[in-house]
Amino acid sequence: MGLDIRLPIGMLFTIIGVLLILFGAFSNPLIYAQSLGINVNLTWGVALLVFGIVMLYFGARAMFWPRPGDAGGSPSGKSRH
Amino acid sequence: MGLTSIDWIIMAVYFVFVVGIGAALKRYMKTSTDFFLAGRSIPAWVAGLAFISANLGAQEVIGMGASGAKYGLATSHFYWIGAIPAMVFVGVFMMPFYYGSRARSVPEYLRLRFDEKTRGLNAISFATMTIFSSGISMYAMAKLIQTLHILDGPFRHFGIPQSWIFHTGIIVSGIVVLVYIYMGGLSSAIYNEVVQFFLIVAGFLPLVWLGLKNVGGWSGLKATLGPSYMHSWAGMSNPHTNRLGVEWFGLTMGLGFVLSFGYWCTDFLVVQRAMAADSMSAARRTPLIAAVPKMLFPFLVILPGLIAIALPTQTVAPISTGDGTAIVAPAGQGLIPAKVNATTGQPVLDRSGHPQLDYDLAVPNLLLHYFPTGLLGLGLTALLASFMSGMAGNVTAFNTVWTHDIYEPYIRPGASDAHYLMMGRVSTVFGIVLSVAGAYLATRFNNIMDLLQLVFAFVNAPLFATFLLGMFWKRTTGHAAFTGLLSGTLAAAVHHGLTIPEEAIPGIKGGWISVVHSYPSEMAQNFWTAIFAWSTCFAITILVSLITTAPEESKLVGLVYSLTERPSEGHLSWYKRPIYLGAFILGATALLNFIFR
Repeated sequence: MGLDIRLPIGMLFTIIGVLLILFGAFSNPLIYAQSLGINVNLTWGVALLVFGIVMLYFGARAMFWPRPGDAGGSPSGKSRH
Repeated sequence: MGLTSIDWIIMAVYFVFVVGIGAALKRYMKTSTDFFLAGRSIPAWVAGLAFISANLGAQEVIGMGASGAKYGLATSHFYWIGAIPAMVFVGVFMMPFYYGSRARSVPEYLRLRFDEKTRGLNAISFATMTIFSSGISMYAMAKLIQTLHILDGPFRHFGIPQSWIFHTGIIVSGIVVLVYIYMGGLSSAIYNEVVQFFLIVAGFLPLVWLGLKNVGGWSGLKATLGPSYMHSWAGMSNPHTNRLGVEWFGLTMGLGFVLSFGYWCTDFLVVQRAMAADSMSAARRTPLIAAVPKMLFPFLVILPGLIAIALPTQTVAPISTGDGTAIVAPAGQGLIPAKVNATTGQPVLDRSGHPQLDYDLAVPNLLLHYFPTGLLGLGLTALLASFMSGMAGNVTAFNTVWTHDIYEPYIRPGASDAHYLMMGRVSTVFGIVLSVAGAYLATRFNNIMDLLQLVFAFVNAPLFATFLLGMFWKRTTGHAAFTGLLSGTLAAAVHHGLTIPEEAIPGIKGGWISVVHSYPSEMAQNFWTAIFAWSTCFAITILVSLITTAPEESKLVGLVYSLTERPSEGHLSWYKRPIYLGAFILGATALLNFIFR
């Protein structure tokens, strides 16, 4: 398939990460009583954003700048029979 | 505690991606191979994650959390005994025949190896089972949406009767899965399964993190729950000294050998993901790559159940219903409420007068307990994703088996490839319609896991004996395989009809012929049903093979171990060789069993 799966995964997690970070930054701290006082929206949002960017980086690299050396791990390849 | 805009936005973003992936893949669907086998172009790691994600449906996320709360850490047997060894076996030993024979489905392999009737029998029973499983996923999802009051607010807002929530859950989930599979076929299902895999990890990791922090880490959990919850092997010498109610032999033979190998090695739902891989070596690595996260899943899905039961007994404030009233379930143990009789409103009691707990709510209640709005949206999205991946996996397996193994040979042979591609899409539609019917049938059972085990025992358990003999003994004949399968399923039914778990009434739980033996638990009965089915099939297949004409060896090349060249792997680096990978995984699993014994 011509679509590298890491691109949509990267996009999805980047969007969710940003949403959680923004919401976490502006939300009422009282709602974090149930999560043991930790602003989990902010912390977990950062984790998801980092994961999303890493996926985007590898997906874009494989899809747009394929290097001859990484044929084994590249999902962008055409069917090899 | 209610859902706010941020939760709905996260859910909406996910649904846009699910459907968007299907739309993006639509233009690649030119032949039936593209639609049913993703053009055999999926890289190993993607196929591997799809391999476990297709199985990561309702029965896993909700069911394993429920079993964790009920049985404790012994639930890990479903992974470390009941999955990993079989996954290694299918990758190392069986995949060369599945992938190498170029069969498009597991039933088709049976036709190549044996004969038409064996394939027909397997195709029809498998197609029925996928519909049933997909229906159960759908039912569980709709039920959960209803129980957690997720849609109550919006429904009240738009003035739609609350009784429609269940039906809406079923219909909407059916339509979403239909749309993305109709457009992108197996590729779409696989891509979405990989997305779902990461979402489930993203939604459940913070749950385990907060939960463990709250109960004082592993040692705190141990101190609260006591040793009976925290060991996987202790007390396994006798069914009465462990929480599962099984002894080690029934466990390792019934679950670890018969049920596990019957599922992971012969179930087309998972095998299809490996068949879609881009090369033989990728196909063989698919289940092995899948085994690595699978090995660690107990910490993600069982641990929340243990945490839920370890917390102080309290009621969880449900998502507010929109009119200010909160529906409070009766207290049970930890975060797990007692089951309530739907007509009387009273807690359901067991024979000794204790309230029965609604274990299936362990994981959802833990989400509601710890997650504030925002993360709650992500957690609920992860739950919905797990239901949909379970459903989609079944639907793609169904449309392939229906088109290649029922429609093409028996209804319309010799049509054009475009016609079968069209049939693949049409069967996706009626597969989903039948699943909806299955969902309404599933309302009669309350423990999804036990029900699935029962179905697997009847249909899947004898199947692995047929494959084992078929792949590794060239003398096995088609008549023998067919007779063996039928007698195996019959043996399962007879065993189930003659035995019963303690404390059960004869009927759906067993003993419907006459009770000659009673097992300490339903699980023990299921495992032994499987053992009887497998042994009967194994013995009958050997006997009938010996009295029927041996198949011609020239026709078995590529299908039987002794007549097939070993795939050459000299050019692969060591970490890509199935045999080394397999050995590493088995070693790591043995270590986990030892640590948590």
